Amino acid sequence: MMNRKKKIVIIGGGLAGLALAMKFCERNGEVTVVSYQSLKRSHSVCAQGGINAAIDAKNEGDSPEKHFYDTIKGGDFLAHQPLVRDMCYQAPAIIHLMDRMGVAFNRTGEGHLDFRRFGGTLYNRTAFAGATTGQQLVYALDEQVRRNIHDGNATTLEWHEYLGAVLDSDGICRGAVIHDLKTNEIYTLPADAVVLATGGPGQVYGRSTNSVVNTGAAATTAYLQGAKYANGEFIQIHPTAIPGQDKLRLMSESARGEGGRIWVPQKADDRRDPKKIPENERFYFLEEKYPLFKNLVPRDVASREIYDIVYNQKMGVDGDPMVYLDLTHKSREFLDNRLGGIMDIYTKFTGVDPRDHPMKIFPAVHYSMGGLWTDYGPDQNGLIDHGSPRNQMTSITGLFAAGEADYQYHGANRLGANSLLSCIYTGLMMARGIMNYTDSLEKSVDDIPSTVFDDARNHWKNRFKEIKKMNGRENPYKLHQELGEVMLANVLIVRDNKSLEKATDEINDIETRFKDVKCVDTSDWANPSPSFINQLFCMIHLSKIITKGALLRDEFRGSHYKPDFDLIQPKDFDPHEYIEYLEQKQYGDISEDKFPAGHLDYMKRFEENNIKWLKTTVAQFKDNQPDITYDKVDTSLITPRPRKYD
Amino acid sequence: MTDKKINFKIKRQDKPGLPSYWQNFQVPYKPFANIISCLMEIQRNPTTKAGITVAPVTWDCNCLEEVCGSCTMVINGKVRQACTALVDNLEQPIALEPMSKFPVVRDLQVNRSRMFENLKKVKAWIDIDGSHDIGEGAIMPDSDRAKRYVMSECMTCGCCLEACPQFSLNNSFMGAATFNQVRLFNLHPAGSMNKEERLDAVMGEGGITDCGNAQVCVEVCPKNIPLTESIADIGRQTSWQFIKNLLVK
Repeated sequence: MMNRKKKIVIIGGGLAGLALAMKFCERNGEVTVVSYQSLKRSHSVCAQGGINAAIDAKNEGDSPEKHFYDTIKGGDFLAHQPLVRDMCYQAPAIIHLMDRMGVAFNRTGEGHLDFRRFGGTLYNRTAFAGATTGQQLVYALDEQVRRNIHDGNATTLEWHEYLGAVLDSDGICRGAVIHDLKTNEIYTLPADAVVLATGGPGQVYGRSTNSVVNTGAAATTAYLQGAKYANGEFIQIHPTAIPGQDKLRLMSESARGEGGRIWVPQKADDRRDPKKIPENERFYFLEEKYPLFKNLVPRDVASREIYDIVYNQKMGVDGDPMVYLDLTHKSREFLDNRLGGIMDIYTKFTGVDPRDHPMKIFPAVHYSMGGLWTDYGPDQNGLIDHGSPRNQMTSITGLFAAGEADYQYHGANRLGANSLLSCIYTGLMMARGIMNYTDSLEKSVDDIPSTVFDDARNHWKNRFKEIKKMNGRENPYKLHQELGEVMLANVLIVRDNKSLEKATDEINDIETRFKDVKCVDTSDWANPSPSFINQLFCMIHLSKIITKGALLRDEFRGSHYKPDFDLIQPKDFDPHEYIEYLEQKQYGDISEDKFPAGHLDYMKRFEENNIKWLKTTVAQFKDNQPDITYDKVDTSLITPRPRKYD
Repeated sequence: MTDKKINFKIKRQDKPGLPSYWQNFQVPYKPFANIISCLMEIQRNPTTKAGITVAPVTWDCNCLEEVCGSCTMVINGKVRQACTALVDNLEQPIALEPMSKFPVVRDLQVNRSRMFENLKKVKAWIDIDGSHDIGEGAIMPDSDRAKRYVMSECMTCGCCLEACPQFSLNNSFMGAATFNQVRLFNLHPAGSMNKEERLDAVMGEGGITDCGNAQVCVEVCPKNIPLTESIADIGRQTSWQFIKNLLVK
């Protein structure tokens, strides 16, 4: 045993990183949080609508088991079930913890936590702090971490960038290579374990709802160093965002949770002021097609329907790719109290007050269900052994991942208000496992020869030296914009193999042109250009993972929609028929007339498709390309079945 | 239409300690352009109006929807976030400067660590027993919650301090943002248990009594936080604390 505190390096100061930092300090560990900017500015602050926990505060009969089912179904059965189940069972305690930390959650008349509805569920299970819930949760965790800094348990390295893992001769991660973004010095931080809590990769698409730092570079670097990257092709397109030049700003799902309605004029060329269009001349297409879930169908469903209305039916508002998100039937006071944050964002960026006029919105790239492949240790009860060192460990021993940077919790499509939960859950849950991992090591980081660290540092120093010497004709920021355009044009809501092949060629072309990049700034103080060029290199590789995964996966699952492989569910199909079909199948052949016409054929095709494709996509870096294989998904608790929301 | 341009005048500084200088830039006009999208355009084509290729302007930003607090700068003389500064509403040439009350790192980037250090001084956190599951938090009226929520939207952006005549590079004045945090935590049922520690921290040098009551902080706050109310409230709380300290000690 070691005579010192266990020490870990956490990369990223969002919800996952901060939750882990707090928990690890509490377990008497020592933590260094590395963050691209000051803490409090991480992308988690952008989360708006809320965080899920089945507390059943409204006496609707909700339970963690139902939360578990909704999440698995929402993710089209691609998530490992024991993990999701454990997360949903921990959720109520997580909300109470955040409440104890002082998060200003909206409250009921009696002073208890209030809850609202989100997509993909029929229950009010989303706790919220106005419409800036992510910001409020980040602040609460940040305050606890600051308290630990004050008490001497934690340190932060703000304005520092993670460049790569320090791997010893056995391939075990022994620390991190860090880049000081002010002095531009590169050095190593030895540690018992390194955790990547670095968020998602929205910048691969250029414009998305993501923040500027969400390049996915840290996770991609891990992939380039040998870690597996899983389910990259599953990118969530959020149905409601405001189009913009620099960013597509999110309009929270809570807008619909609080009664917001999506519609377009029934006549495609109707250019009247929306307030002047009477009810019976409006087409509330989600409500009509999905009478059960209405405007709160899961995000993949809503985005596809909006896409269809705009591009296939050509019914977009004023002929533009936009639909109305309407809250004008709600009182100003109600909107200010429960949705103030997003009301202000819309007003500030469009000059139009959504309390008076319907918002114009369109889907935007929002979240990556995929991420670094990570492991978990199941227990006997269909939950998780929280002490297992396997929890959240990537395929590189000693390198862990948490939050949006890992792939485990959302399957093929994430439900709204589950991301904040998965971030905090992973951060809290993994602390004990990391402690145990450290104990299980034969050799401590203190016994690793210093040459291992020198080599890692020198590798990155040379890499940055080479980047600074790049003096070609391509502007890296322009090239990034082009990469984003390729991804937006070909790897978005509706996918087909021809476009995906075209994207592959275009990405290869961008990769060739990358060699001709000019480092537009060669100064040696607070110079962001070499970092950006390295991030662009990573984004090119990540775009290949996403595109190849999408190209190879010939099916329609969750956010990955390929019309050519849509099994086309019969309109009157009931998912329970499938359970019956599976049971009857055990007793021999089933005759066609057991089910309504066409249903048996559909179910057989559904079953065959699952045998082939209900698998995790795993990408590994080989010969400069992602080499793709498929892994089993743990579906031991709920039988996968066709999804239905109408 | 297509050749419409946006003109910029940007104050630059290569390093701390070096003199600052101005450069002019011109970028193509686009509808709904904001300061950030223009600075991104300069990155893609880092050439001054005079046609000289220079290093791209550096600035801080992250969320681009005025919730992270990162991109504060002085735009046409007014401190604000660059993301919500729409070009159509600004007079040209648009002048961009770094905040003057914090040390410049480079170009439009400044070091605001003083604000975060102050959060430590006033212990801006709840002293929870631990993060294990010990049940529900305190019951609280929604009206109290609403009061706290407005205060807790502070994103440590620094606008209030840039505008404050009392806050300077060379003094230790804590400023409105910090006092607001004291009020935020003192108002929480569990937070109020450490109320006195927080009040003591703002009763010394740089504390609440140094506030000159100029009231400009509240005017520039992008989140409309009632900062002057917070200052007045902390003033009252510290007065009581002062009397109490006299009687007890």
